[in-house]
Amino acid sequence: MTRFTLTRRALGATGLAVLARPAFAQAAPIRIGELNSYSRMAAFAVPYRNAMQLAQDTINAAGGVMGGRRIEFVFRDDGSTPGDAVRVAEELLTRENVAFLAGTFLSNVGLAVADFANQRKRLFLATEPLTDAITMAQGNRYTWRVRPSTFMQTKMLVEAIRGRSAKRWAIVAPNYEYGQSAAANFKRLLPTAIPGAEIVAEQFPALGRVDAGATVGALGQSRPDGIFNVLFGPDLTAFVREGNTRGLFERRTVVSLLTGEPEYMIPLGEETPEGWIVTGYPWDQVESPPAHKAFVDAYRARVNDTPRLGSVLGYVTVQIIATLLNKANSLDNEALVDALADLRTDTIVGPVTMRGIDHQGTLGAWVGETTLRGRQGTMKNFRYADGADYMFPEEEVRAARRSA
Amino acid sequence: MTLLAVDRLTKRFGGVLAAKDVSFALNVGEMLAIIGPNGAGKSTTFNMVGGQLRPDGGRVTLAGQDVTGLPPRQVCRLGVGRTFQVAQTFLSFTVLGNVQMALIAHHRQTRRLLANAAAMHREAALALLDRVGMAAQAARPVGELAYGDVKRVELAIALAAAPRLLLMDEPTAGMAPAERAALMALVAGIARQEGIGVLFTEHDMDAVFAHADRILVLVRGEIIARGTPEEVRADPEVQRVYLGHSGTRAAARARRAADG
Amino acid sequence: MEWDFLLVQALSGLASASSLFVMASGLTIVFGVTRIVNFAHGSFYMLGAYVAVTIVPWLLEFDRSPWLFFAGVLASALAVGALGVVMEVMLLRRIYRVPELFQLLATFGVVLIVQDLVLLAWGPVDIPGPRAPGLRHGVYIFDQRFPAYELFLIFVGPAVLALLWLLMRHTRFGVLIRAATQDREMVGALGVNQAMLFTGTLFLGAALAGLGGALQIPRISANPQMDLSVITDAFVVTVIGGMGSVPGAFLAALLIGQLQAFGVLVFPKITLVLVFLLMAAVLVVKPWGLLGKPETAAGRTVLPEGILDPRPLDLAGKVLAALALAAVLALPLLDAYAVKVGTEVLVLALAAFSLNFLVGNGGIVSFGHAAYFGLGAYGAGLLVTKAGLPMEPALVAAPVAGGAFAALFGFFVVRLSGIYLAMLTLAFAQIAYAVVFQWVEVTGGDNGLVGVWPSRWAASREVYHYLTAAVTVAAIILLRRVIHAPFGATLRAARDSAPRADAIGVDVRRHRWLGFTLAGAAAGLAGGLYAFSKGSIDPTLLGIPLSVDFLSMILLGGIQSVLGAVAGATVFHAVKDFFMPLTDHWRLFLGLSIIAMVLVFPRGLAGAWTELQRFYARVHRLFTALRKWAERQP
Repeated sequence: MTRFTLTRRALGATGLAVLARPAFAQAAPIRIGELNSYSRMAAFAVPYRNAMQLAQDTINAAGGVMGGRRIEFVFRDDGSTPGDAVRVAEELLTRENVAFLAGTFLSNVGLAVADFANQRKRLFLATEPLTDAITMAQGNRYTWRVRPSTFMQTKMLVEAIRGRSAKRWAIVAPNYEYGQSAAANFKRLLPTAIPGAEIVAEQFPALGRVDAGATVGALGQSRPDGIFNVLFGPDLTAFVREGNTRGLFERRTVVSLLTGEPEYMIPLGEETPEGWIVTGYPWDQVESPPAHKAFVDAYRARVNDTPRLGSVLGYVTVQIIATLLNKANSLDNEALVDALADLRTDTIVGPVTMRGIDHQGTLGAWVGETTLRGRQGTMKNFRYADGADYMFPEEEVRAARRSA
Repeated sequence: MTLLAVDRLTKRFGGVLAAKDVSFALNVGEMLAIIGPNGAGKSTTFNMVGGQLRPDGGRVTLAGQDVTGLPPRQVCRLGVGRTFQVAQTFLSFTVLGNVQMALIAHHRQTRRLLANAAAMHREAALALLDRVGMAAQAARPVGELAYGDVKRVELAIALAAAPRLLLMDEPTAGMAPAERAALMALVAGIARQEGIGVLFTEHDMDAVFAHADRILVLVRGEIIARGTPEEVRADPEVQRVYLGHSGTRAAARARRAADG
Repeated sequence: MEWDFLLVQALSGLASASSLFVMASGLTIVFGVTRIVNFAHGSFYMLGAYVAVTIVPWLLEFDRSPWLFFAGVLASALAVGALGVVMEVMLLRRIYRVPELFQLLATFGVVLIVQDLVLLAWGPVDIPGPRAPGLRHGVYIFDQRFPAYELFLIFVGPAVLALLWLLMRHTRFGVLIRAATQDREMVGALGVNQAMLFTGTLFLGAALAGLGGALQIPRISANPQMDLSVITDAFVVTVIGGMGSVPGAFLAALLIGQLQAFGVLVFPKITLVLVFLLMAAVLVVKPWGLLGKPETAAGRTVLPEGILDPRPLDLAGKVLAALALAAVLALPLLDAYAVKVGTEVLVLALAAFSLNFLVGNGGIVSFGHAAYFGLGAYGAGLLVTKAGLPMEPALVAAPVAGGAFAALFGFFVVRLSGIYLAMLTLAFAQIAYAVVFQWVEVTGGDNGLVGVWPSRWAASREVYHYLTAAVTVAAIILLRRVIHAPFGATLRAARDSAPRADAIGVDVRRHRWLGFTLAGAAAGLAGGLYAFSKGSIDPTLLGIPLSVDFLSMILLGGIQSVLGAVAGATVFHAVKDFFMPLTDHWRLFLGLSIIAMVLVFPRGLAGAWTELQRFYARVHRLFTALRKWAERQP
């Protein structure tokens, strides 16, 4: 794959790109452009790509799509900025002749590529960006999102604490859109689960630069009964260690977004706190559907590493794409978009439907409690929360997308 | 007619009194030298006149106008040109470009956005360079010149503002003896010809006694003597604290040269 | 609030201050001696953490004793110090004679390389370090629990300060460091082996950074984003303290530590910008930081770095410019993607040119030029998305917005000089970034705003390309004209000698201010064009990385050349665009390319071009002489 790209680039550099363009024969593979933060967000994006390649090879080995055509992903780094990403998207469309686009990690990058796709009238499958805006206020005809959004995941967590006695809540979230919108969603949903609950403190440390001591001190001072955490990555590790030592989490309900994902749990190691209510992916304990087990085995055999949440997302995305291509049986983007509406795919985690009114996939997440097993964290008492149960209400979608 | 009047100028740096009640006057076309040992407050006094330092007390009057505490650029606009102890020129410019720049500033054209600076005031700049004897080197970068020539260019720059008063802080510092005499003769000639007043400080006693009309002697921030070269030379206090033997010798040499 | 809580919060602040000081002290020492603004300092910090999470657990396998833990931390610091020596010997030593800004660019290349090498060596997953044996617990301070390790950290800062003090007072090496910090020429004059001094200084600086990183492993996991997250903090500490002043850095770290600890209580959302507000305030009041000394640069005796004597283009230059213009016009014949890249290059070339108008022509080094680029983009983008105006008036608004903010910030910026000026531009850029980032209702926050597309007539790639070409080429020609005009000459004059400029009647500050505004307006125009080429605006357009990109472009092009910025922008963008699709490790190749160019063309592409012309002239002379000799032969 890499070698092929290299040759093409070398040709392009000598001005022969035009000649090198493959003629589109009937048997030519279907090329799909996938851009993501492979360089800056490698912990997520590389397992994601590994799974996509696995899925691609599996599907091609089983006879491909649309009656025998192979699929072929063209992977590109999106540079982690909207400016770079839009250029890369343009390159994928013009030079690599991809049928449509998929990918992106950061929300601002996802939104910029979504608007670009709308402008160029090409399908864009936003796989990872979590921002609600991409399917709501800034949604467009050509953009569809696979992962459960910030709202959905927050709703799953709030559901899990329904009826608890904790009334005083503190929020800690990274100071950017994802953190702020998670906090806003939590504030909105909390009273529905715990009547009379109130927010007593909010902390918004800068992303990647949490001053853990000061933040933990400030949260503790507000004497909350419960804490809603949105920190992830290095911020989370620092926060958990500081909180453990200072006893911030003792006798408190802690609800935490994404913490159960292997991407963020592995670095916690033996510091993994006990009993946090989290969304995540306990890959080694997921029993159904049976296809999941087969996926885990195939992934481990191929990559020599355990699957991450990114791996699941990558594999599911390719499965949805294959179903889409088979259903549309055309590479015309208008036909693809029409076919995607309410498209149901049986994936390795169960059925996923791309809901037509807001272009949101019903992929769910596993909700459960953190626990330490040996020197590594994992989840217990978890269940798979089907995304279909946590979507935005339809009237709200219609109002938001009308104003867009 | 008084061109510059300095009245009880005072400046402190921390606890040190760098200038204390310094008063003097300078007439049109007159060359007035300030001498004194290192750290006597010559440069301080100088910079208060030129606007580089703001005095703590006292007044500076230029042709009847109070210029105390004005910044250098405004002092310049009132007809004061100056040279620095370590020559200050625009190193990236040619010799000609330096003088052109000064003329552009003098004509208040520095904010023009579209004119071609290299074509402006060429003739006038060449004429100024001719007066200081540098016309032949007009095209050279100023950074390549010998130090004495840089000082001449600096003089041309100062003259570009058509000054009534020239402030020259140690004009001959760092120059070879032959160059010094030539530069001072040049300055004196221009000053007399055009009626420009010159206030200068100098360590080279030959230069001072050969060209100054009057001399101020500054010691530890205070003027201890003033007068014509003869009067200053004869002042026993000056001889004791400052001039010493070499100063007296220089004064004698200067007198011989003047008589001869 | 109870006072025991306030006490504990203050202790948290002290612990952060200690960590901050240990890391920043190395940066300030290196700057003091070598005058290099070492961007790679954050990389050393990151390497310190990575080395420590590798060797400390290995040591603790033998015995879980505190002594082995700290031996591991020290060993990590020494290992990183050795890496500092490697960087000095292999890279910096070769470029001490090149302009200071080039050294900065080289260290930036090192940052990019280290980022990817760390990913290759340790992988992308954050690595948690072990806690310090014996200091795992919390200590009760009244009824508040406080980590014992942080109590220990509180004492590390003063201990390092004391050790540095002893080093500076009582060793020959330390005396030389102090001497060099005060007067670099003097050290050369004293016949000191400068190479050894610089190597030693880089060792000390890198080791301190490594120590800073290694000490953090019980608190934070080693992660590939550590370098950039600390380097700005380190800059802020050294600048507030006064560059080169170790006690100043200590004072600044204390100040920032407490400000953070109590700031989060009062303004929980202001963490992004608090330190930069402090830095801007300090610099406006104390232009050389708390304990810094004014730079002794009354008048220049050496040629300034930058545009010297701009001349009309010679024949070769004209041919080159014509070829470049022809290439711009012919791009749409090549392929669609080339047009896209070409449009971006044009926009970046204008932005870079406007920066070099400041840096090369005015000697005003801005580390925050992207702010005006981004504010121009926002000026245009907001008019389109919020006011519903079409592209044309929005493109007029872009330079107005860029220029207006440049005028506002420039008013304070031009009061400073040198590195402090550069740091104030950085602070203002970060403040603007934070406002755009947080003012979600208007700017869309970090998600930005989409839907900034050109008017219908300019919607196609090709037409927009030609529109961009017309606007940027016209703007560049105009700015070039200004460089040749009295205003440009006045900025150069003020750069060469501010006292001289003042003495001929030039209001130096006001001219610099106008120059800053003009450059900001040009950058704003570029930003507006960029927004319409992408369809969206977001805060990264104002970010430090983009400012650094602009600096890299003009340095690659050669700041002494009027048109070098254009070449620099072209090559920089082309290199990035070439490597990005090729490999995940494009930063490694970009960094290597930058360093190679600094080593091979220490005066940028324009410098290389001049060399080439000189070489050609020599060959030509030789050839003429040969021919004459041949003609004389019977």
